[in-house]
Amino acid sequence: MARIAGIDLPKRKKAYIGLTYIYGIGQHSSLSILEEAKVDPNKKIQELSEEEIAQIRAIMTTDYKVEGSLRSEVQQNIKRLMDIGCYRGLRHRRSLPCRGQRTKTNSRTRKGRRRTVAGKKKTPTK
Amino acid sequence: MPRSVKKGPFICLKLTKKIQELNDTNKKKIVKTWSRASTISPEFVGHTIAVHNGNKMIPVYITENMVGHKLGEFSPTRIFRGHPMSKAEKAARMR
Repeated sequence: MARIAGIDLPKRKKAYIGLTYIYGIGQHSSLSILEEAKVDPNKKIQELSEEEIAQIRAIMTTDYKVEGSLRSEVQQNIKRLMDIGCYRGLRHRRSLPCRGQRTKTNSRTRKGRRRTVAGKKKTPTK
Repeated sequence: MPRSVKKGPFICLKLTKKIQELNDTNKKKIVKTWSRASTISPEFVGHTIAVHNGNKMIPVYITENMVGHKLGEFSPTRIFRGHPMSKAEKAARMR
């Protein structure tokens, strides 16, 4: 069982795809890691030898920021924006998009599921 | 696209001059500015700058974390106080 950075890698996937299951590793960095470790990217994860896994692990701990430490860095950056009270921080506080997208429609990723406001579409009486 | 590095950050000349004066004389005074696009440079740290938001001057105390941001980021131009309510809703809310 290949376990890198606290994540169990899927056994039956190719190595360069399997590594992307780690937070902070995409296909690009995955390929460059495998190249540096001199591992064939198309080898399956279960076919990797212990030395190869150790090699990958060593490269990842020295050159890459992954999983928990990366997550906490991102959170810190956001917290900094919120603390200094700049526009982007204010948008984060309200969980609205902070790169100037429209909010009249869309932006559901930030705003979450639609909340219908009661009594909005009433036909005027009289 | 970011600004060309060759040019360096944009900082309003008048503002830097005023801050420089304050730094030289070691005084603290609120400096008014309309230049929202100005980058905050390290010399500004510790000063209070009143940044125009199109309506009022918003006093902004510059801390070290703010260096590299623009002045306008700290002086919001829109105030959102919730969605407008219909008259009936307002009456219901009052009761």
